[in-house]
Amino acid sequence: MTSTGEAVQFWVLAVIAVGGALGMLLMKKAVHSALCLAATMLALAVCYLAQGAVFLGVVQIVVYTGAIMMLFLFVVMLVGVTSADSLKEQLKGQRVAAVVCGLGFGVLLIAGIANAKLDHFTGLTEANAEGNVQGLARLIFTKYVWAFEVTGALLITAAVGAMVLTHRERVRAAATQRELAAQRVRDNIQVPPMPAPGVYARHNAVDIPGLLPDGTIAEDSVMGTLRERGQIRDVSRQMLERMAELEESTADRLGRPSSARPPVTGPRRELETVPTKPAPATDVKEETE
Amino acid sequence: MNSLIPLLVAAPLAGAALLLLGGRRLDRFGHWLATLLAATSFGFGLALFADLLGRPGDDRTLHETLYSWIPVNGFQADVAFQLDQLSIVFVLLISGVGTLIHLYSVGYMAHDERRRRFFGYLNLFLAAMLLLVLADNYLLLYVGWEGVGLASYLLIGFWQHKPSAATAAKKAFLVNRVGDIGLSIAIMLMFTTFGSFTFGPVFGAAGDAGESRLTAIGLMLLLAACGKSAQVPLQSWLGDAMEGPTPVSALIHAATMVTAGVYLITRSSAIFNLAPDAQLVVVVVGTVTLLYGAIVGCAKDDIKKALAGSTMSQIGYMILAAGLGPIGYAFAIMHLVTHGFFKAGLFLGAGSVMHGMNDEVDMRHFGGLRKYMPITFVTFGLGYLAIIGFPGLSGFFSKDKIIEAAFAKGGTEGWILGTCALIGAAVTAFYMTRVMLMTFFGEKRWQPDAEGHQPHPHESPSTMTLPMIVLAFGSVFAGGLFVYGDSFVNWLEPVTGHAEGDSPLTPLTVTLITTALMVVGVAISYAMYGRSPVPVEAPKGSLLTRAARRDLMQDEINHAVLVRPGTGLVASLVFFDSKAVDGFVNGLAATIGGLSGRLRRMQTGFVRSYALSMFGGTLVLVATTLLMRSV
Amino acid sequence: MNPVNYLYLAALLFTIGASGVLVRRNAIVLFMCVELMLNASNLALVTFSRLHGNLDGQIIAFFTMVVAAAEVVVGLAIIVSIFRTRHSASVDDSNLMKL
Repeated sequence: MTSTGEAVQFWVLAVIAVGGALGMLLMKKAVHSALCLAATMLALAVCYLAQGAVFLGVVQIVVYTGAIMMLFLFVVMLVGVTSADSLKEQLKGQRVAAVVCGLGFGVLLIAGIANAKLDHFTGLTEANAEGNVQGLARLIFTKYVWAFEVTGALLITAAVGAMVLTHRERVRAAATQRELAAQRVRDNIQVPPMPAPGVYARHNAVDIPGLLPDGTIAEDSVMGTLRERGQIRDVSRQMLERMAELEESTADRLGRPSSARPPVTGPRRELETVPTKPAPATDVKEETE
Repeated sequence: MNSLIPLLVAAPLAGAALLLLGGRRLDRFGHWLATLLAATSFGFGLALFADLLGRPGDDRTLHETLYSWIPVNGFQADVAFQLDQLSIVFVLLISGVGTLIHLYSVGYMAHDERRRRFFGYLNLFLAAMLLLVLADNYLLLYVGWEGVGLASYLLIGFWQHKPSAATAAKKAFLVNRVGDIGLSIAIMLMFTTFGSFTFGPVFGAAGDAGESRLTAIGLMLLLAACGKSAQVPLQSWLGDAMEGPTPVSALIHAATMVTAGVYLITRSSAIFNLAPDAQLVVVVVGTVTLLYGAIVGCAKDDIKKALAGSTMSQIGYMILAAGLGPIGYAFAIMHLVTHGFFKAGLFLGAGSVMHGMNDEVDMRHFGGLRKYMPITFVTFGLGYLAIIGFPGLSGFFSKDKIIEAAFAKGGTEGWILGTCALIGAAVTAFYMTRVMLMTFFGEKRWQPDAEGHQPHPHESPSTMTLPMIVLAFGSVFAGGLFVYGDSFVNWLEPVTGHAEGDSPLTPLTVTLITTALMVVGVAISYAMYGRSPVPVEAPKGSLLTRAARRDLMQDEINHAVLVRPGTGLVASLVFFDSKAVDGFVNGLAATIGGLSGRLRRMQTGFVRSYALSMFGGTLVLVATTLLMRSV
Repeated sequence: MNPVNYLYLAALLFTIGASGVLVRRNAIVLFMCVELMLNASNLALVTFSRLHGNLDGQIIAFFTMVVAAAEVVVGLAIIVSIFRTRHSASVDDSNLMKL
């Protein structure tokens, strides 16, 4: 039997690990999945430490959580712009089959473990007598030295393989900015500069599109990545309402009739119904002046 | 001298190769080259004949092995020639008549565009026919046998633009194939029986073989002979073969190739002598055919087809004589030679008439031609007298001998055979007189041809008349020459053997009866065609006449007996093949294809599907492991 | 508490990882699920090591980590190159091999 402290630790870690795993499974965005997995891995690292595998625990944190997961995040950033995973299943019966298989497999595994006679355990006190790292080192460089060497070769191969797979040979010089501009004129596509984001210069955030003269938004003014993600913040309606209010208050202040405004067309017409002041009062005012 | 023997074959073979491969540059003189080579062959034949004459009677067999053809252990086939008294007769007949007909063709085919090819085929035929009679084993004989079949096919269908000629050629080829199967089976039987097919060993060992085996070989040889010599039941091709050019009809389908069957039986005398049952069948076939041909000859209005019926009938005589055994072999060959002369002469005469009459063949449209074609009339007339057996001419002697031999067979058989042969002689006189009268006598019944040209009968050029004159000499004198001092019989005796039969009638009696019957036949014919005018349109005629006009229903019988059941069998086989065999095969393929199509759906290309199946497999593995542990 | 509980945890995590491989389509998430499965087996190995009282299990877990690192490097390289050509990281889009 282990100590009560370890039991408490286990249950806490188990909850974190399973929660992280489920989170990874269910999160829609790859970044969130990666973060959940990192949490699980950290929990597992603590589990290793608790079980006397000090070296592995540290390696788990440094290499796995620190390096590999960061690699994942890196790739997510590289390719993950459009990779928001719709959770709608496309393969017929795949999800049901997956759930059935998963449940069956889990039940079988747990049943198998439950059936095994594992009442007694030795513990690593003796094996770790001269230190966990020393014990591992002794094994790695004696009994498992051959496997260790082969693993080294495997790592080298993997590194070379990754380079070969991702390497792109440039067959001609990259186009300069001048050439790109000339090309744009030749193609007659978007000759003037793209519209700038922001509305009436009152918002300078990149996710707020500029407005066209008729009050609609200019989608092109927001960068493609944000558009792909649907992260455009359309504030045109609020802005127009505030404009109308401003005009009203200005008219009030200057004593100008508000009806002097030219008739509006386009989307702004809807805003004409914005109640600013009761109309008869205005009329009275005009008469008095 | 022996080395001359291969040259007999080589000369016309070289001619055929030159003419067929040489191209147009030979167009101008190719026909003369072919004639020269045929004459060369004849010259070699004469030289060899002189050589044989200079030898004693039992030393007249020459052997010449050219090279070893198929030298396999236990199976030895050589290209080897055997020249003996029998072969030399054939060599002289074939090359002699062949040369004459080459000469005749120079005139007859003068205006044909494909003359060079025609002469190439003629030379090819000569080479094959000489190979046939000179071979010293049955396998090489078979090569010649097939070669003449090929040449016959090519020449019958020479005017291939006429559908009738093309069909006739095919028919001849197919019917001959039936006979050839007989010959090939006979050769196989010989090999299994004697271990050889060379003449010497086979004939030497014939006495040791069982009679049933010899009968089988004999019957197969007879089948071959029937096919090549147009004997019942394989007679149907000869009449249609008249679609070929007339010189071809004269050379191949009258004088030489169709007599190959007689040669085969005579050559195989050692086998037939020991197989009386086979001989009996030979005799029956010969007798039936001689009457069959005679009846058909009576009804035909086409001059060439009438002569073709006559040819069948005369070959029937020869086969009959050959079937009689040693008493008949020599007479069969003698009649063969005389027939070669007079029938070739008659055909050449017919060709000459057609030549002058815008290629008209219907005798009802001839008449009164004797004044316009005197030479043709005289030579044709001499041939006519020879074939009906006018006393003193060739046919008289040779046919008379066969009838005597038929009686000499003895017993009831002898009487039946003799009587049939006599009836045949009478009928021969009848139909030949009919041909003669309708063609050369009576009033003119000339009809304009298809383009409206009125015929202007004229005598043929000298290249055509010369061969006719030579053949007429042969028709007149050959028979007398042969029987003078029994020279022909004595000549052949070392090869075929000879026996005097025990005839119930004296030769003089037979001669008198034959002559009397001949006179009767001529008289009836004169009464029917000479006294009264011949109608231009054929009268309806009796049932027999109508049947005979259609060759006694030979095509209908063949159709009913062979073609229809054959077609039915093939149709049922096709049905079986397409439904049962194809059904099974296609069904299997469709089943596997369908199954594969379903299995293919599993290969979706989606990684996750594969992962699922992998995971499912792991699940099953874990479950199995746990199950096994718990048990 | 019995250390067997670690094994139950490992089994649970492994199953979740496996289900994730079957359910998710994003290739990167798919890889993460594979990593989770490897980690679960590592946990089991460490636990076995403790149960048996020797360090061989930890050595094997160590090797697993190395191999996993190699696998991730190559796998992510493949994902990047596929994304470059097909502009998609969904494994369902890469089904050219089917008929």
